Amino acid sequence: MTEATHELPLPAARPPAASAGPLGWLRANLFNSPLNTILTLAAVYLFVVTIPPIIRWAFVNAIWSADSGRACRGDGACWAFIAEKLRFILFGRYPYQEHWRPLFVVVTFVALILASCDRRLWGRRLALLWMGGLAAVGVLMWGGILGLTYVETELWNGLPLTLILAIVGMALAFPLAILLALGRRSQLPAIRAICVAYIELVRGVPLITVLFMASVMLPLFLPTGVTIDKLLRAQVAFILFSAAYLAEVIRGGLQAIPKGQHEAADALGLSYWQRTRLIVLPQALAMVIPPLVNTFIGTFKDTSLVIIIGLFDLLGTTNAALTDANWRGFYLEAYVFTAAIYFCFCFFMSRYSQMLEREFNKGRGR
Amino acid sequence: MTISDGQVPIIELRGVDKWYGEFHVLRNINLDVGKGERVVVCGPSGSGKSTMIRCINRLEEHQRGQIIVAGIELTSDVKNIEAIRREVGMVFQQFNLFPHLTVLENLTLAPIWVRKLPRKEAEETARLYLERVRIPEQAEKYPGQLSGGQQQRVAIARSLCMKPEIMLFDEPTSALDPEMIKEVLDVMIELAEDGMTMVCVTHEMGFARTVADTMVFMDRGEIVEHGPPKEFFANPKSDRTRLFLSQILAH
Amino acid sequence: MATEPASATLRPTRPPFWRNPAARGIIYQVLFVAVVVAVGIFLVHNTLVNLHRQNIATGFGFLDREAGFGIGESLVPYSPADTYGRAFFVGLLNTLYVAALGIVLATVLGTLIGIARLSSNWLVSKLSQAYVETFRNIPLLLQLFFWWAMLRESAPAPRQAWQPMGGVFISNRGVNFPVPQADPTYHWMLLALIVGVLGAIAVRGWAQRRQALTGAPFPAVWAGAALVVGLPLVVFLAAGAPLSLDWPELKGFNFSGGHSVSPEFVALLIGLTVYTAAFIAEIVRAGILAVSWGQNEAAQALGLRPVQTMRLIVLPQALRVIIPPMTSQYLNLTKNSSLAVAIGYPDLVSIANTTLNQTGQAVEGIAMIMVVYLVISLTISLLMNFYNRAVALVER
Repeated sequence: MTEATHELPLPAARPPAASAGPLGWLRANLFNSPLNTILTLAAVYLFVVTIPPIIRWAFVNAIWSADSGRACRGDGACWAFIAEKLRFILFGRYPYQEHWRPLFVVVTFVALILASCDRRLWGRRLALLWMGGLAAVGVLMWGGILGLTYVETELWNGLPLTLILAIVGMALAFPLAILLALGRRSQLPAIRAICVAYIELVRGVPLITVLFMASVMLPLFLPTGVTIDKLLRAQVAFILFSAAYLAEVIRGGLQAIPKGQHEAADALGLSYWQRTRLIVLPQALAMVIPPLVNTFIGTFKDTSLVIIIGLFDLLGTTNAALTDANWRGFYLEAYVFTAAIYFCFCFFMSRYSQMLEREFNKGRGR
Repeated sequence: MTISDGQVPIIELRGVDKWYGEFHVLRNINLDVGKGERVVVCGPSGSGKSTMIRCINRLEEHQRGQIIVAGIELTSDVKNIEAIRREVGMVFQQFNLFPHLTVLENLTLAPIWVRKLPRKEAEETARLYLERVRIPEQAEKYPGQLSGGQQQRVAIARSLCMKPEIMLFDEPTSALDPEMIKEVLDVMIELAEDGMTMVCVTHEMGFARTVADTMVFMDRGEIVEHGPPKEFFANPKSDRTRLFLSQILAH
Repeated sequence: MATEPASATLRPTRPPFWRNPAARGIIYQVLFVAVVVAVGIFLVHNTLVNLHRQNIATGFGFLDREAGFGIGESLVPYSPADTYGRAFFVGLLNTLYVAALGIVLATVLGTLIGIARLSSNWLVSKLSQAYVETFRNIPLLLQLFFWWAMLRESAPAPRQAWQPMGGVFISNRGVNFPVPQADPTYHWMLLALIVGVLGAIAVRGWAQRRQALTGAPFPAVWAGAALVVGLPLVVFLAAGAPLSLDWPELKGFNFSGGHSVSPEFVALLIGLTVYTAAFIAEIVRAGILAVSWGQNEAAQALGLRPVQTMRLIVLPQALRVIIPPMTSQYLNLTKNSSLAVAIGYPDLVSIANTTLNQTGQAVEGIAMIMVVYLVISLTISLLMNFYNRAVALVER
């Protein structure tokens, strides 16, 4: 006999108090098993032991203005050191009156990066924006025209140098990486062999050796009498180094394009280069944007190595600031400050790439 | 509500409620399943049918009410949960075969590690059940090498190797291509004819008509209607049941 | 009369070579190789000319010359009278030493943090996330400078050294700790260890066979561990527990006795470990998440206990996903150890740098470094390929 219950749906009841609301959340997330209870208590203990001393050091006992290192010694952080050295850490030995120029450069780069995050701008407009931005950066940093005084590359220090090395490095490495990736997948054995050799060689050695090579051996490679300035040597090193890693990322994207795409393009009568340029590359590159961003984050962090070959990027100027005899021993404040700058850039970009990855997965219905 | 009076039900759900956070997903569920009874649960998506059967073997936890399986009450006591899981087999929509083990190893894993059987005995039982689901020759293959229908039949055999009293099916054919649905349903029908207690969530109404002793219709977390299939399909008492049947039986 | 089909008389004609894809391919390759070789010759020629002009020698003869510089810490005996070749060897050993230690420590720390990130405890999960985000987004070199500065400037002078436990001294000259003095018992203990390991393997084999026959499980892992730890311990105690330590003692301004490691080494090790562990944590987390939740549910539905599920179902599948990127991180750690040159730890790159500054033979020096790292990288890649092929999931 069929039994039917109510015609109208049962009203929804509230869950039992102990399993929902803030108390329920605490039970489910922090105390839901004996092990977790112990861990929660241990974590809270850790907090109590470390956080208050850090807050006392960084804020309560901190000294915010002082005339010299001696006046700044106390139980807390000496943020006066940062205030004193701020422009040196950010811009290094760039002429003091012209500091507005590297400042503009940093702002331009940040604006360009933010603009690139907006999907609507992707395409020709963005490429033009970047070219214009890089040209502006060049003019601002070098000067010599439009009434700006000329500043040699030796004096390009600090944050602008970091950004230039990373961004120009990736930008110019990109076309080379595409060629390497295509070459590695080529059917012609000689081309494939050379591309594989290049990629594996560069990926197998530490960046520092590539920097040494560029810094020491590049002058030897050039005909007698031709000089090449230090910044350009480092820039070439970054381009060659990033190209190998980018090539592998792009190769991953190329491999993911189904064979049917190549076949459809062939059936339509497109040549190899047309097919690559119009069909394969756009899809492959769109697919690998998150790992591309991750590679950029890596390059950005790697620029700190140029201190070893005598260039003064952001880390280099920080170290130099610490050698001032009047302000000795504030390494903690200096490194925390510089780390915070790096962290801001890298964290923002990694969050962005994670967001892109999530959206991409959503689109593919995963 | 028992299939035949005097017989103790093998599954009892009494006043079962469950919430996901604030969302009330199971509302006052009362259901008895007798030994050897075949129950088919149907309803629109989101009605809580999968959640209900997953509560029976503790893959989901209920917050209020009682669940008693084969005489053992389902509480947070690990011993009870393990005892119940030994007697209840489950077949999933996504098969969930272990890809790094061969078909034979998939089948012998639980008998060896949970029932502590010697390997030879476990393998004999495994080959027996592979015969019953009609794919004895696939024993040494890996799941990735089989078709969807074959994988689901292996999944059924895997559960059967534990010699459970009850078999739960959570939309077993929903992930299969149409031409493979029949081979899986045939195996389930044979299982039913051998007297296995079954609770099956499915949209396959033809199968339900053939096999079910009781049809249960769920909507928005509660059991709206239940009864023998003949009357359930011919004379649904509730408007909601009528609406659902009209949608699902249209083709 | 039937006309013969025209095709019977036509033979496929060979297209002119400039339209023949095969011939084109060869031409492209020849051109490409020719360009590469031409550029290569140009560079080599310039280099030789420039080196000659600056009176710098070529060739590897300098490896037999006396080095003339000291090395702060070394695993094998070295003096400034030894050759450059020997100095390179010392540097190579130092690199491998810090890399091996770093890999072990980073794996342990990274795995713990990766698992913690998956914990159902919200606090623990968020804390490990904070760790990962912090150390991944700050350049390694900055972290190295930080640890090095802390050890050099904040650590006290040896006279006021920190003593976290008896016999261990942390000062701005490094870390000093006691080491046991050599004793014949230790040889017996080593023998006992080997016996223990062999015994553990034997027990495991016996337990597996027994389970296959009778179905009864045996805690082979615990028994094996007991053997490996217990046998040497028994030998130790039976010999009267000989443990005479060589304690570091403050003599004058520094310690003598015991074993010491420089602040540079400690900073490098801590920096590499902490940095790489953040990446390993994410790899472990991704590996475990890669095993679909349905696998867990099927195992639970079959009645398997959580430990059994982890060991038999989740871990085998997770390891397949974890090991390739993990080895890539090991490689990164080894390459990152080259940053030692910035903080003065005498690794391979550091010593090569000193050498090429002294001899002026930059090309040879840099080439040697590159060859060493290339050999390490290619070896690990090859091993990785073997492993991947061996454990690949079999599919249609």
